Amino acid sequence: MEEILDRAMKAADEAEVFIASTEETPVQFESNRLKHIQNKQSKVITLRIIKNGRIGYATTTRLDGYEELIDGAVATAEFGQKAEFAFPTRRRFPTIGIYDPAVKKVSLEQMAALGEEMIAAVTAESPGIMCEAGVTKAACEFSMFNSCGGKAGYQQTVFGLGVEGQLVRGTDMLFVGDHTSSCHPVLDTKEIIATVIRHLELAKRQAAVSSGSMPVIFTPEGFASAMVMPLVTAFNGKTVLDGASPIGNRLGQQVFDPKLTLRDDATIPFRPGSRPCDDEGVPCRKTDLITGGTVSHFIYDLQTAGRAGTKSTGNGRRGPGGLPSPSINALVFDGGSITFDDMVKGIKEGLVVEQLMGAGQGNILGGDFSGNVLLGFKIENGEIVGRVKDTMVSGNVYQLLKDIAAIGSDSKWVGGSLRTPSFCFSNVSVASR
Amino acid sequence: MPDIQSIGEQLATILKKQRADYVEAHLEENHVTSINYRGRQLESAGKSASTGGNVRALVKGGWGFVSFNDLDDLEKKVALAVRQARFVGKEKSQLAECPAAVATIRPAIKEDPQKVPLHAKKQLLDEYNETVWRTAGIQTSMIGYGDSHRKTLFINSQGSFISQERADVTMRVVAIAAKDGQVQQAGLSTGSRDDFAPMRHLHKDVDELAQRAVDILSAPVIKGGQYTVVLDPILAGVFVHEAFGHLSESDFVYENDQLRELMTLGKTFGAPILNIVDGAAIPALRGSYEYDDEGVPASRTYLIREGKLVGRLHSRETAAKMGEQPTGNARAINYRHPPIVRMTNTFIEPGKTTFDEMISGIKEGVYAKNWYGGTTSMEMFTFSSGETYMIRNGKVAEIVRPVVLTGNVFNTLMNIDAIGDDLEMNQGGGCGKGGQSPLPVSNGSPHIRIQNCLVGGK
Repeated sequence: MEEILDRAMKAADEAEVFIASTEETPVQFESNRLKHIQNKQSKVITLRIIKNGRIGYATTTRLDGYEELIDGAVATAEFGQKAEFAFPTRRRFPTIGIYDPAVKKVSLEQMAALGEEMIAAVTAESPGIMCEAGVTKAACEFSMFNSCGGKAGYQQTVFGLGVEGQLVRGTDMLFVGDHTSSCHPVLDTKEIIATVIRHLELAKRQAAVSSGSMPVIFTPEGFASAMVMPLVTAFNGKTVLDGASPIGNRLGQQVFDPKLTLRDDATIPFRPGSRPCDDEGVPCRKTDLITGGTVSHFIYDLQTAGRAGTKSTGNGRRGPGGLPSPSINALVFDGGSITFDDMVKGIKEGLVVEQLMGAGQGNILGGDFSGNVLLGFKIENGEIVGRVKDTMVSGNVYQLLKDIAAIGSDSKWVGGSLRTPSFCFSNVSVASR
Repeated sequence: MPDIQSIGEQLATILKKQRADYVEAHLEENHVTSINYRGRQLESAGKSASTGGNVRALVKGGWGFVSFNDLDDLEKKVALAVRQARFVGKEKSQLAECPAAVATIRPAIKEDPQKVPLHAKKQLLDEYNETVWRTAGIQTSMIGYGDSHRKTLFINSQGSFISQERADVTMRVVAIAAKDGQVQQAGLSTGSRDDFAPMRHLHKDVDELAQRAVDILSAPVIKGGQYTVVLDPILAGVFVHEAFGHLSESDFVYENDQLRELMTLGKTFGAPILNIVDGAAIPALRGSYEYDDEGVPASRTYLIREGKLVGRLHSRETAAKMGEQPTGNARAINYRHPPIVRMTNTFIEPGKTTFDEMISGIKEGVYAKNWYGGTTSMEMFTFSSGETYMIRNGKVAEIVRPVVLTGNVFNTLMNIDAIGDDLEMNQGGGCGKGGQSPLPVSNGSPHIRIQNCLVGGK
C-alpha cells in the first residue's frame, strides 16, 4: 500500500489510498429448502489525489501493476472539483466493538440449521406458504493511508438472518417476513419467527377501507419504507449545500413536532452501522440531527464540509469504490412511551402500515411520498380487523412530522442502520378501490 | 497480469475434471468512466477497472458459487464451489439441454464511448448543465454520466467457451426547482448500446425538462382515486416491465405449485388487443445479446398473445423443471453474482388507435408521461410518472404534480382498452432484482389507455 502512495506522490501533490476487502458467505433457501451456498471475496483499491488543487480518483480490483490506477487518477484530476479540504493527519479513534471472531467460526451446518428452523416454524403455522430464507456471515477489512501521515484501519464482522414467506390463495398473494443483523452471530430465531407468525395471523381476514383522510400508524418497518428516505436526503450536507433541502436554511428552528428527536450514531457497540472512523479517516461520533423538533445539524464528509465552511461529522462513505460522499452511519429515532397496542386502541377507524411499496418513487426532495400498502391492516374500534389491499397511502413527510399524534415505545432496528419506533398520525390520505 | 482468455483456457481444463453434475465459470474485465455534476460544477470524474470471475457448480440439485477478483489458486476456488454444492444437493439436478457453443462475439461499436476524450464528454455535459441553469427558477441540477466496456468469458463443463463484449452508455439529467420551501424535480434518463452518438443533441429535451421542473412547482396535487389513465410510450414501457414482466420470470413460479397453477399457459390476462414480447435477440438495444450468462442463445418470446399467457422467461434450470424450452434469459449484473432469470427488451406490440382517438372520449382522466420509478410484488405493483396532465373533455388540459399509480396484475391488464400505433423503446432504464441492479434492459410500448387505475394523491 505504501508503494502505491509513494508512486502516486511522484505524479500528485497529495494522495490517499483506501483498500476494502470483504469475504461474505450467504446460505440461501428457496421454496422451503436449502438451494445455494455462496462465497464472495472482493478487494477494491481506491486512489484519490490532489493535483494542482483539483481532485482526481480511480479504482481498481487488479492487485498488480498500479500504472492504470495512477494514470486514471491523474487524468480525472484535470477536470476534478477544486479540493476544499486537507487529508487528515494521524488521529485517535474511539474504541467501538464491531468485530467478533465467533462470526467466522459459525459453520455451514449451523447456518443451514438456522434457516431450516425459521422455515419449519413458518410452514407449521401456515401450510402451503413458500419461504425464502437467508443466513449470511461476512468479514470486512478497511485500511487507508494518506500523504499527510494519516493512517487508519479496522475489521468488522456482520451476521444476518432473515426469512420471507409468500402465501398464494387464488389470485391473492401475501408477503410476510423479517430479518435482523448484528456484528455478533445471531443464533436465536425466536423474534423473527414471532413477527412473521403475528403478521400471518393478522392477515387471515381481509378488510375494506374507504378513501379519505384517517389516522394511520406506521410500524417501524412501515415508517422506514414510507418516510425515512426523504429525511436521509434532506440531512445530507450536499443537499443542503445545493439549496435543495427543504430544511437547509432552518438550522436551530423548530421544524418538527417537539416529540421528535433523531441522531446519527456510529458508536453503538456491535451494530453493522458502527465504526471507529469513516472512509476518509475521520473519527466517527454521535451527531444530533433533530432535538425536540429543532433542526440541530447536518451530516458531512471532508469535501462537502470544506465547501460549506464547517467540519466533517465522520460521515464520509464510498460507494462501490468511488469518491466519499456524506452518508448515514446509523439513524436512531427516540422512542415514546405508548405501547403499540394502546396506539391501536385509541383509533376508531384507521390503518396500520407495515410495508409501503413504491414510496421512494415520488418527489423525495420535497418530502412527498405515495405508495401501495403491500402489508397493512384496518383498525376498527380500537382493534385490528384484517388485511387491506389495493390501497394507496400518500402524504408529505414535513407536514406529517410537524404534528405527530403519538410515538410508540416499540423501537427496533430495521435493517443494519435504522432504529425507529412506530409513529401515529391523525390525518393521512388514503385511496382505495 | 495474464489476460482472461488464457485463464479461461486453464479453467476449461479444470472444470472438466470436477465430480459435479455441472460446473461453469465466468471471467470478466470491466472499464468504467463516470462523470457527475451537482449544481453548477462538475463534482467528480473517475475511472475504474475491475477484473474478476466466478465459478458455479451444481451437484444433486444444489448450487455452490464462489466469486473473486484475485485470479490465483483457481483450482481451489472451483473445488470450494463444488464442495458447497455437494453440501446443499439432496435431489436430482435438472438443466434443460443446450448444445455446447464456442463463439467470439465482437460488438458492432459505432462511436466508441471509451474513445471519446474526457474533455469532449465534459464539454457536452457542460452544455446540458448550462441549458438547465439558463431556466429561471432552477435551484440546482444533477447530471450522472457513465460509460462501460465489458468483456466476458463463459466456460462450462459441457464444452462451451463464449467470449462477448459490449459497450454501454447511460446518462441522467435532473433539474430541481425550489420556491417558498417547496422543492420539485424533473428528470431525463437515456442510454445507448455500443454508440456514444445518442448522447448528443439532447439540448432541446434538457431545456424542456428544466422548464417542466419550474412548472411542476406551481402545479396542483391531484385528488387520489380511480381514473381513466393514458400512459405515454415511456411510462407504458415501465408499466409493462413492472406489471407483467417480472411475473413472467419463471424463477418466481417454477417451484411453487399455486403460482404454477395461477400462471398456466393459455390463461387470459388481458383483452385480445394485448400482445407482450421479451427478447434479447432483437438487435442493438440495451437488453440485447447473443448468448445469456448460461451460454444459451438469445431468443424472442411472446409472453402474452391476444390477451392470453403463452410464454415465460427461463434459465436452464427453470425450463427443465417446468418442461419448457430455455429462452436465454439467465443474466448476472457482473461476476460477483450468479445468473438469475431476467428480462431483456420488453414491450407491448403496437395496435391501431391514434392518440387523439384514445383521449377523445375521456371526460376527466389523467395523462401520465415519462418515468420516475416502478416496483412490483408480483400481484400488486406501482409505477410513477415524471410529468402529468389532466385530460378534460377529450383534450390534454392543465399540468398537475407527478403521480404514483398502482395496480393489480389480475385486473389492471384486463382494464387496458386501447393500444396506440406509436411504439417507442426506452433505453434509459435499469432493472433491479435479487440485489442485482441496475441491469441494462429496455422497455417499450405505444400509448395505452387503462380504465379504473388507482392514483395516489391528496
